[in-house]
Order: sequence, then structure tokens, then C-alpha cells
Amino acid sequence: MSIPILKQGPYLIASIQSAPTDSEWREMGKLLAERVGKQRSRGVVVDVTVLDVIDSFAARTLREIAQTVKLRGAEPVVVGIQPDVAFSMVQLGLTLGEVPTELDLEEGLATLDAILKGGEINV
Amino acid sequence: MATEKRKIKRGEAEELRRELVAHFRGERNSLRREWVQQMGAKKLLEGMTPQETEAESATIYDVCVECLETAHYDSAEAYARRMAERGVLRGMTSEQILGGMLTLRDVYGRSLFSKYRSNVARLTAALDVYEPVANNILAVVAMAFIQERENVVRQQQEAIRELSTPVLQVREGLLILPIIGLIDSLRAKQLTEQLLRAIRSHRAKAVVVDITGVPAVDSKVANHLLQTIDAARLMGARVIVTGLSPDVAQALVYIGVDLARLKAVGDLQGGIEEADNFLGYVSMPKSNGSKALKE
Repeated sequence: MSIPILKQGPYLIASIQSAPTDSEWREMGKLLAERVGKQRSRGVVVDVTVLDVIDSFAARTLREIAQTVKLRGAEPVVVGIQPDVAFSMVQLGLTLGEVPTELDLEEGLATLDAILKGGEINV
Repeated sequence: MATEKRKIKRGEAEELRRELVAHFRGERNSLRREWVQQMGAKKLLEGMTPQETEAESATIYDVCVECLETAHYDSAEAYARRMAERGVLRGMTSEQILGGMLTLRDVYGRSLFSKYRSNVARLTAALDVYEPVANNILAVVAMAFIQERENVVRQQQEAIRELSTPVLQVREGLLILPIIGLIDSLRAKQLTEQLLRAIRSHRAKAVVVDITGVPAVDSKVANHLLQTIDAARLMGARVIVTGLSPDVAQALVYIGVDLARLKAVGDLQGGIEEADNFLGYVSMPKSNGSKALKE
């Protein structure tokens, strides 16, 4: 099952429904990069609320997706990392680097609004 | 021959046991009164009403005699547990309860001495029957009391642990987490869990962790703290640490802190101001505020 990508105003929302396989992660990255250009999106939200584990591959892919999206001219933000997931990630030494993270979809969209309105936000 | 002798002995002991039970039952009133009086003299009855003393002493006396009669300690155990529960609740000391039981033991013993004064062999045999029972009863009471104390200690430890890591919301989106006292690994873990859950449930954007009350951290706990900050960051909340003491600061430097990850402010006030700044709150005195709003 591929990951649905929704358009919401100037933003794209990749709403992960179940733990993606490695190839689904890659496909999502490719699709997002294409859709950003096609739909002239200004921001991309990747919602990982349902994931109960983010391994090194997923973390790296999220980072790569964010960098790609940024190079395509949109702001990336990852939302919905659960408390347990967040802590096991830092224990494993996995980080998302410079990728902004927010609590949930609502906060993610608000952050994108702030970035687009007021230039760079301090994260 | 030997077995026969033992048989006789056992029969004799049985007979003695019955005799002792009859004796204690017969002397119930006088012995019990003497016991209560002795406890009173030793000030073991403080905090108890005369009615309570009356009822409790009668029950204890009867339970002890029953133990002697049946050689079963179930009823004594049950009663001791109930007594310990109530005793601990009412703040009775272990001295009071154990002292009371020791006194009763002496009272029983004395009465045996006076009963068998003329016949030393009989007295020795009676004490052989009586002493193990008395000791067992004492052990049962002591165990019940210790168990109850341990229960209370366990409950209190749990309560302290829960109280020790409050997560408080100051404004919408801003939590403060004051940490007081030494952090061990268990507490650090709990702290992390509580903080991360609170971030989600309060939808917090900023957290001020105040560690003014933490005298020292070891490298393991310091590392844990940093991991917590990173995890909070992943959940979209910014963590500001305030009140780092010189020792703690040195410990953090020693384990190699990435200062880009850790935002530290001198004290709690400064931390809240910093968080307000980040969240877009402006706080000012009332008079100035209304003027500023008009302008």
C-alpha cells in the first residue's frame, strides 16, 4: 500500500497509515519531490503519528526526504513522533539533524505558516 | 523401649498442655488484670482508651490460650496482622506492641511458677510445653508488625517517587519541570517518561527544566538528561535548562555537551522569560500594560 499524499492549500501532507517498507519509504520520497514541483507546494508535512518505531533507515530517509524537498523549494517538517519513539531514537543515537519536528499536524502546519510568513523561524 | 518412653512423654505433654489451658482459662480474669496493670506501669498503653484496652487484652489473652490448646497459629497470625495494621495506622510504636506481648509472656510464666512451686520436675515439664508456644506467638506478632511496616515504607516510597517529578503548566504551551534532589537512573527514566507524555497531553511548545535543586549528576544521568532534551525536540518542544550548578555544569562539559542542543539560562525566572520570548508572550506590569495596549 502506497502512502497517501494529500494537498492542503500550499502544503503537501504525507500521511503514513502503517509502517512502510523500505521501498515504500523511497517511493514516498520520490513522489513528494515530484509533487512539490508539480503543485508548486511551499511546505511538506510528513506525519509519522502511527509509527511505533523509527529505525536508522527510516530516520535517514526522513532526513533525505527533507533535504530533497528543501532543494525543490519547499519547507519540510516531520510531525507526530510519539514519546516512546522519540526516546528510543535518541537512545539509539538517531537524529533528524536539521529537520524541524513538531507535535502534530496542526502544529506542523502552524510552523510552516510561520516560516512562510516571517522568513526563517528559529528552531 | 525408647519409643515407649517417648510415647509416655508425649502423652504426658498432652495432659500437661490440657492442664495449662485449664489453668489459664480458670485464672483468666486475675491474670489478665495483672497483665493490663503491668502494661500500664510500663506506659505501654498510651493512646488507648480503657474500653479498647479491655477488649484488646481479652482477645489477645484468648487467642494465646487457643494457640496453646490447638498448637495452630493461624488465628494468632490473622489477629496479629489486623492488630499491626491498626497499630501502625494509629501510630503505635513497635515497643508498645512487642512490649505488651512480652509482658503477657512474663505474666503467664509467673503464674506457672506459682502454680508448680512445690514440684520442680512438673514445672520444668510445664515450661517445656509452654515456652515454644509463647516464643512462636511472639515471632508471629513481630513478623506481622515488621511486614506492616514494610508495606507502609513501600507505599511511601511510591508516593515520594510520584511526587518527586511534577510537570506543571505555566501558560499555554509552556511547562516547567522543577527537579529537586539527587537523580538516580530510575528517577531519570521516570522523569523522561513523564515529561514526554506531558508534552503530548499539554501540547507544549517549550519546557523549562529547573535543576537548581540538583546537587550533582553523574555522567550517566547527565547523558540521560541530554537524551530527554533531544527526544522533546523530536516531539516539537524546545527545552530550556535553568539553574545549572557549577558541579553539574562541569559534569555536562566532561561528558561533552553539544551546546547547540542545550539551551541553558541562569535561573528559573530567566528561563521562563526566554520561553515567553520564544512563544511570543509579553508580560509586563499592569499599569504599563494597559498603556502599551492603548498605544
